[in-house]
Amino acid sequence: MAGITDLGIASIRDGFRAGDFSAREVADAFNTAVAGAKALNAFIVETPDHAIAAAEQADRDRSEGTLKPLSGVPIGMKDLFATRGVQTTAASHILEGFKPEYESTVSARLWAAGAGMLGKLNMDQFAMGSSNETSAFGNVISPWRRNDGGNAPLAPGGSSGGSSSAIAARIVPGATGTDTGGSIRQPAAFTGISGIKPTYGRCSRWGIVAFASSLDQAGPMARDVKDCAILLEAMSGFDPKDSTSLDLPVPNWETGLSGDLRGKRIGIPKEYRVDGMPGEIDALWEKGIAWVKDAGAEVVEVSLPHTKYALPAYYIIAPAEASSNLARYDGVRYGLRELPEGAGLQDMYAATRAAGFGAEVKRRILIGTYVLSAGFYDAYYTQAQKVRTLIARDFDAAWELCDLLLTPTAPSAAFALGEKSADPLAMYLNDVFTVPSSLAGLPAMSVPAGLDGQGLPLGLQVIGKALDEQGVLNAGLAIEERAGFTARPEAWW
Amino acid sequence: MSNYRIQGATGEWEVVIGLEVHAQITSNAKLFSGASTAFGSEPNTNVSLVDAAMPGMLPVPNAECVKQAVRTGLAIDAQIHRWSRFDRKNYFYADLPQGYQISQLYHPIVGEGSLTVETDEGEKVIGVERIHIEQDAGKLMHDQHPTMSYVDLNRCGVALMEIVSKPDMRSPAEAGAYMKKLRAILRYVGSCDGNMEQGSMRADVNVSVRKPGAEFGTRTETKNVNSVRFIQQVVEYEARRQVDVIEEGGTIVQETRLFDPDKGVTRSMRSKEDAHDYRYFPDPDLLPLVLTEDFVEECKASLPELPDAKRQRYVDALGITPYNADVITSDVETARWFEALLAAGAEAKAGANWLTSELFGALNRLGKDIGQSPVSPEQAAQLLGLVADGTLSGSLAKQVFEIMLETGDDPARIVEEKGLKQTSDTGAIEAAIAEILSANADKVDQYKDGKEALFGFFVGQTMKAMAGKANPKVVNELLKKALS
Repeated sequence: MAGITDLGIASIRDGFRAGDFSAREVADAFNTAVAGAKALNAFIVETPDHAIAAAEQADRDRSEGTLKPLSGVPIGMKDLFATRGVQTTAASHILEGFKPEYESTVSARLWAAGAGMLGKLNMDQFAMGSSNETSAFGNVISPWRRNDGGNAPLAPGGSSGGSSSAIAARIVPGATGTDTGGSIRQPAAFTGISGIKPTYGRCSRWGIVAFASSLDQAGPMARDVKDCAILLEAMSGFDPKDSTSLDLPVPNWETGLSGDLRGKRIGIPKEYRVDGMPGEIDALWEKGIAWVKDAGAEVVEVSLPHTKYALPAYYIIAPAEASSNLARYDGVRYGLRELPEGAGLQDMYAATRAAGFGAEVKRRILIGTYVLSAGFYDAYYTQAQKVRTLIARDFDAAWELCDLLLTPTAPSAAFALGEKSADPLAMYLNDVFTVPSSLAGLPAMSVPAGLDGQGLPLGLQVIGKALDEQGVLNAGLAIEERAGFTARPEAWW
Repeated sequence: MSNYRIQGATGEWEVVIGLEVHAQITSNAKLFSGASTAFGSEPNTNVSLVDAAMPGMLPVPNAECVKQAVRTGLAIDAQIHRWSRFDRKNYFYADLPQGYQISQLYHPIVGEGSLTVETDEGEKVIGVERIHIEQDAGKLMHDQHPTMSYVDLNRCGVALMEIVSKPDMRSPAEAGAYMKKLRAILRYVGSCDGNMEQGSMRADVNVSVRKPGAEFGTRTETKNVNSVRFIQQVVEYEARRQVDVIEEGGTIVQETRLFDPDKGVTRSMRSKEDAHDYRYFPDPDLLPLVLTEDFVEECKASLPELPDAKRQRYVDALGITPYNADVITSDVETARWFEALLAAGAEAKAGANWLTSELFGALNRLGKDIGQSPVSPEQAAQLLGLVADGTLSGSLAKQVFEIMLETGDDPARIVEEKGLKQTSDTGAIEAAIAEILSANADKVDQYKDGKEALFGFFVGQTMKAMAGKANPKVVNELLKKALS
């Protein structure tokens, strides 16, 4: 029989309700799986007791008939979310040992819905990275391996690489992620799972360690589209503590799921056919086009003319915001404090931040500081904001012709660890297809669609209009139903 | 135009002054957090997670603070910007947990306005460039430990308005008058308590000098000056210093200075070259602030009658002298007290005279302000009523008022108990007059021979015989009759 850890969110929820197993059994099974997968380095902190406590509550609730939407379901929590009493570091040394006195809104909603926490998932430091190599706690390793017998450790994607790795390895059934320029979608594509970044403002940012406030958005990662819909419903909703939170009711996305795309027009943006993209990805994209047509959609070519400016604009705006957002890590009130002998305040700042931030974080703080400096602000920041507006207009124009967009998620399959870490620009190119929708604040998801010649997963991305998570999920479901993606990594860990 | 001039070796100089006033907005909670703004709490007791800049915390604008800024703008006839935005001003300091202050550089909530001040040369309109909202910082304490500084974050995140004047002032007196008028308006509006001692209001004083009519000179900015007197001292000192520097062949450098109130001098704090690059940019945690017409109308409707309008009404409708009207309307507490006095039935002109002479005199003597007056407006109205109906003479009223100040008793009761009631009993007065005239027959003769000044003597004698309680009007009439 398939073990409990082979089950996804919906199956666990439904099986638990049906009495097939207890929540405690589920928690125990996943706790054991987590404890046995240390080679993946997917977790910074494991919290088996949290998962067990939630499970015991779920078992009581079941006997009392007071089940909640996620009763019995344990999940992983990206270490960017503040969790009360549980170390929250954003995978940084500067926050090592920091245990918040508060719970992020998103995690609080998940616990209120009955979910339990298996642990805090590793990630790129302060969510800056596409390979998980910037974590201060060592990189996560993807459970996937190339079929060349070489066993080269592969990147799980980033920044939500602990989440993607743990889900692909079946040591968690689902997890939270956050996405600033592709940090949910690219790791999902790299590891053969699904992940959705909802419309900016759907999920409260309160209690999420900030990277780039105008772009940061939480979302779920899970094995399939339905599981994503279930988790997203629990995570979303208005929060008066976040001024950018959307004051709108949360749709019932799970109930609304349908892979029938009749009447939908799906746009294929021609600018996403970039130079040097592997033929396999192009071929997969063509398959995706055939699948959505098969599901009843009409496919149209559209143009998003400013796409090529999106990445440069993103790498100005995001570092600019980050350089300011990360100023609070100064050694004065919490986290690391480096106080050399005889040091004054400025020396303490310098020593603390030099020791507490990794190289990529420092690089982005420097870039951000530079682009906001007197004399450079207009040339960089102001210009990038104009580009951002043009990108949003590109999408608005596309929506005149179509309801959704279909693109590849990333320009390559997972690369080997170390392969791109010496070349930041090559690394940044990973975000080329995910960044434009982030700049426009649109919902977008990645679904696994096939394997490349080396046996590694590839993903397709669906981008929707603001607030049309349902349309995105439905198109994702239509692809999922036709792709028949059942590949999974063999357990070597 | 002001006639204020600095006499230099090369001739006369004119001073140009602009003020940036930081006024703490009256609100229960801070600008972006729910923490209390109470003054004088134990260090670090009014600090929320947001104020301490814990990871993942987000600012949420306090609508009350926005409303107070809009009301203030409306009170100085300023443009209210329906769309404004918060920016981050980035710098590192231990009293600034976020590493940035949330302020409004590019798009302030209030644009150009003006207020009118009284000067020795008449009324003068002083322009206001803008008002924006921003967060206050915390406070470093250097006297708590031999080698370390402590931080108190109670003030951190408290809402401030920065009210920036145009460089329209030309003398220390004008700067002082502007500050007083601005303070009066803020207190009327209720957007700031104007308490300069507690730091609720402080000014950065920009000063430059020039030959009259020449281009503006280079300015210096003296930070955090917290009284009207100090502002005037800063202007005087800086103007003199700058003239001396220039006349000795030096140049004024644009710099930030600090005022030393003990020595009455300003000192250089940092020059423009050391100035921070604040890397202002729009705060991505906050949406632009969009004001609806309804909101602005609501703010407008909630404004009280302001000092200029009130003074005009007192003069035009109540017949109060311009001087008294000015004194009474210059502070909202006084105006409120006066209106309570009128509401309790006092006649306006008599009330205004009494308030500005008797009450103010007494409060000065007692070292109290009007909010601490031992006599209530209702009691004062009773006292004035007793004068108006002839029960008390002016001098008796003064005696009764003194007793009121001491005991807090109602005037009617004092009159009753001390028997201070004025008498108009003609029989008693006539008897007293008859006695005085017969005892002073020589003076009666001199009076009748034309020495009319003696009339005052007879009045005084009669009042004395009546123990001060005779109605002076009746005494006059009866004396005239008796002497004719």
